Amino acid sequence: MHVYLPVAEVSLDVFVLIGLGAAIGFLSGLFGVGGGFLVTPLLIFLGVPPAVAAATGANTVIAPSVSGVLSGLRRRGVDFRMGAILLLGGFVGSAASVGLFALLRRIGQIDLVVALSYVLLLGTIGILMLVESLRAWQRRARMAGVTRSKLHHHMWIHGLPLKMRFPRSRLYISALVPAGIGFGVGALSGIMGVGGGFMLVPAMIYVLGMPSSVVVGTSQFQIIFVAANVTFLQSYANQTVDIVLAVVLMIGSVVAAPLGARLGAKLRAEQMRVLLAVLVLGVAGQLAYDLVAPPEDLFSIETRNESISSSAGQ
Amino acid sequence: MRRVLALVLAFLGLASADLRAQPLVADLSEHLIAITTGFAGTDVLLFGATEGEGDVIVILRGPESPTIVRRKARIAGIWVNREQVTFTGAPSFYRLAASRPLDEITTPALRARHQIGVDQLRIVPQRSLDPERLAEFRAGLVRNKQAQEFYSTEVGRVSFLGPRLFRTRIYLPPNVPPGSYTAEVLLVRDNQVVAAQTTPMFVSKTGIGAEVFVFAHQHSAVYGLTAILLAVFAGWAASAISRKV
Repeated sequence: MHVYLPVAEVSLDVFVLIGLGAAIGFLSGLFGVGGGFLVTPLLIFLGVPPAVAAATGANTVIAPSVSGVLSGLRRRGVDFRMGAILLLGGFVGSAASVGLFALLRRIGQIDLVVALSYVLLLGTIGILMLVESLRAWQRRARMAGVTRSKLHHHMWIHGLPLKMRFPRSRLYISALVPAGIGFGVGALSGIMGVGGGFMLVPAMIYVLGMPSSVVVGTSQFQIIFVAANVTFLQSYANQTVDIVLAVVLMIGSVVAAPLGARLGAKLRAEQMRVLLAVLVLGVAGQLAYDLVAPPEDLFSIETRNESISSSAGQ
Repeated sequence: MRRVLALVLAFLGLASADLRAQPLVADLSEHLIAITTGFAGTDVLLFGATEGEGDVIVILRGPESPTIVRRKARIAGIWVNREQVTFTGAPSFYRLAASRPLDEITTPALRARHQIGVDQLRIVPQRSLDPERLAEFRAGLVRNKQAQEFYSTEVGRVSFLGPRLFRTRIYLPPNVPPGSYTAEVLLVRDNQVVAAQTTPMFVSKTGIGAEVFVFAHQHSAVYGLTAILLAVFAGWAASAISRKV
């Protein structure tokens, strides 16, 4: 059964889209990542124009994040103070990257920059996470959880000024650290058109040293606002959000998000990190392959959009 | 099918009085292709009658739009968009059908004059290029359009029913671009076009799809807020449901 997507201007199978939505929802519930880094390439693969895929992907990610935060609230799994500071940095960062995005797009190199940032970031994050979490897994197997290690290691970042208490995360660190992380993630996600959860979650675990019980909920809290900001700006400036596509994807994602969350509750923290690392590395590997493999066609085309008068019906 | 047949008969009945005066008459089964929410591609039937000998060529063209073609090159092991050329005059959609193989009924000059075949489209680069590069970029454009099913890779068949009646079926894929189309019918005899007729066809979004599109373009800010609220509501609903279950 096909559904016509009026903004993307293509007709796609409803069940394929619902399945894709379910995959996003499941990941969101499990890891607290929005899934934008998966949904955008998959939508492009199905034939949705890249600009519409990125903007609509951001819109879709809001839904599972809202339900995640709501269930996180009941478990006291959202650190609002931390989330707010991450968000503040994120907004400044994404605003800074809008101009850069427009420039790259004009010279036709946006795809390359996006792909390269993905490969570098996902590759680095994935490898670091995999090594660390496998080590933790081994350690736990050996000691069977008898001894308890320090909550987090002390690094130079703990010497920064503007120290703040984050009771929910049991942290006392400089507010500059989460603000800086938010800025970096916001700048990159502005260029890459994703919420940045896959960068934020590892940063919260390893740099901030947040307990994993609050990482997922806080990440989802931050993603709601970043994704809503992207949705609004893209709708307003470029008219690239397809509501029909978003609604179909959301049907799948809201059904699957609680399933992901249920599985997440059963897994131990380091098992979850191994899984996330494998997923992130898989995506990075695929993108790296696409960059170096000879393309099927050296040429690609882009058709300028028709004006509204010629494409809208009466 | 019966409806189309009745249409053909009625049309021929009306047209028969004029037939002696007109060597070629043709029409489409539908002039308005409505892209509704469930649109999954459709067929249009082009039919008509000729007076006397000759072959029929049918060309369906979509609206023209500027198209950017980019070429990748390998830099430091990575494939990068290196060069780009903007072309004008490329139709968004192109389909061709003929009653016999083109090289049996036309000359290259005739094909060029009437833009018969994707290799004959008057696609013009917006900056000067040497002929070799131009040919490569042009071929790249056509290949990409064919991969997206916007241009046909082969010539469709116009079939004659008896000596005078002809018809052809043209497939419009699910991603058919909206806009005003023209269906051009040529009657060819001895490598000459002896009669031609052009019929308009419109492809447009209707119903909810069209309204969403207009909403997105005319009230962009409200549209964006609506999209966000819908997502927030969906998330809340999911949470409420999962708590009950």
